Amino acid sequence: MRQAFINTLMELAEEDDSIYLLTGDAGFTILERFRDRFPGRYYNVGIAEAAMIGLAAGLAMSGKTVFVYSIVPFVTMRCFEQVRVDLCYQKLPVKLVGVGQGVTYGTAGATHHAIEDIAVMRALPNMTVICPGGPIETKKAVAASLDLTGPCYIRLGKSGEPTVHKSEDISFAIGRGIRVREGVGVALVATSNMVPTAVAAADLLEKEGWKPEVISMHTVKPIDRELLAATAGRCPLIATLEEHNLIGGLGSAVAEVILADDLHARLITFGIPDQYAPVAGSQEYLRDLFGLLPEQVAEVIRDKLKEKIVSGKP
Amino acid sequence: MNTAEISREIRQRLVRMHQTGSHFGSAMSIVDILTVLYFRVMNIASPDDPGRDRFILSKGHATSAWYTTLARKGFVDEKVLDTYLKDGGQLYGHPVRGGVPGVEASTGSLGHGINIASGIALAGKNDGRDYRVYVLMGDGEIQEGSVWEGAILAARLKLDNLVAIVDANNLQGFDRVEKIQPIRTFRKKWEAFEWGAREVDGHDHDQLERALREAPFVPGAPSVVIARTTKCKGVKEMEDCFESHYLSVPKDKVECYCRELEEEQ
Repeated sequence: MRQAFINTLMELAEEDDSIYLLTGDAGFTILERFRDRFPGRYYNVGIAEAAMIGLAAGLAMSGKTVFVYSIVPFVTMRCFEQVRVDLCYQKLPVKLVGVGQGVTYGTAGATHHAIEDIAVMRALPNMTVICPGGPIETKKAVAASLDLTGPCYIRLGKSGEPTVHKSEDISFAIGRGIRVREGVGVALVATSNMVPTAVAAADLLEKEGWKPEVISMHTVKPIDRELLAATAGRCPLIATLEEHNLIGGLGSAVAEVILADDLHARLITFGIPDQYAPVAGSQEYLRDLFGLLPEQVAEVIRDKLKEKIVSGKP
Repeated sequence: MNTAEISREIRQRLVRMHQTGSHFGSAMSIVDILTVLYFRVMNIASPDDPGRDRFILSKGHATSAWYTTLARKGFVDEKVLDTYLKDGGQLYGHPVRGGVPGVEASTGSLGHGINIASGIALAGKNDGRDYRVYVLMGDGEIQEGSVWEGAILAARLKLDNLVAIVDANNLQGFDRVEKIQPIRTFRKKWEAFEWGAREVDGHDHDQLERALREAPFVPGAPSVVIARTTKCKGVKEMEDCFESHYLSVPKDKVECYCRELEEEQ
């Protein structure tokens, strides 16, 4: 996803000389090509995130299209109040790009995990929150972000994430979820790099005769209410999947829509319980710990489907 | 230009405006700085001229002085000043970008202005424009860590088109500034961060003008003018009182203060 981001940004920057890239001293093996190709439009601001956001705001006020890159906690929470006042309050189209979504940097410990970022970014007026579900969506999201008039947060993983799309020819629009697989009875609504997990869990359920729908909800804010309404019409059970605290993220956003729009669906939320990782562990290990592997997700959904209250079997 | 007269008018207007709300003393403190900037130093024919010099009020709580200066400059209708802090209006107690012509940035949370100013200054240099960016901070405000992140950054970017002004009135929200951090070392601190620095009497228009015109003080470096000021300057019984940060002007004192300002000339 990091490569998809920088490759896309390089292409865009060739065409658009207003594009600037700021980094908070992160980006080893990723940003060098941009730095070397566009030296006057690349700044390593240093380990100074508050200053970096203010600088980005001033550049944006002067007509620049600014991307700000760092590890998620440092580009969202370390400088939260600068993001709030300088970018959101002033409604400036600065693009925050965070790498290391969820527990991507598992063994690094919770300082480097990103499990509250969607919740806090979502609470900011004027902020758009985009969590691409793989490299193809990343590419599309970065390009589409140029059209936004306010700030956005683009939440990325690292490298080597699989894509669930067969080709780059997908219909992508900010604020519109993507139906990856049509189904009936149950829908798996996933964001960020839990989309491949949703597909894998759906594969397991399909083998047992269920027909799960899978949605990549790459934009968590504004969330696609229409798609959720249409989905709830066919799927009385909705499961959300995210590598994020169960409080305030995708699951909360979907729950808000179910309640506010009076959708007739039950909701199961898969995510990280309200805690920091209690042990060192790889992303895979921590996903296992938090019940986020495809087999674990499929098992919980299967049990719900078998409950009488939901007759999901086609 | 007789800027003393302009400053007096602005202070009298502030006395009338501040029958409600806080930060009367903070506003009175910076009137001379704003007057010298807008009427002697800055190149700003209109508030939306792309080539204009920029001013950012980082100590946003003193915004009534900015609104009043912009009105005196002719960018804002004088009548709009009557809506200060009024329900449904745009004259908030802290400035909001776009709310009033000439307000460049939304501030109010301290320690933000310097970095926004650096971004505008950097864009100006990269685009080959010769505008300058002025940012006014409080002496309490520079306790914020983001100011010193910004000090490192602006020096490293060689923003010699950036001029910071510190309104050094030695009073902050709940104490003397010098009880929180030493104030005599301000200049050394900025110089240690590789800024050119000057200290002036922040109520002396000629001293202010000279310093602001002579910047950059060090070639290729950003500049800071430490303006030694008196909080609530112009109203003797509230001068240098930290209560003037909070208290409004009592109704029965308005004419008395305005007369005092008249007689001072």
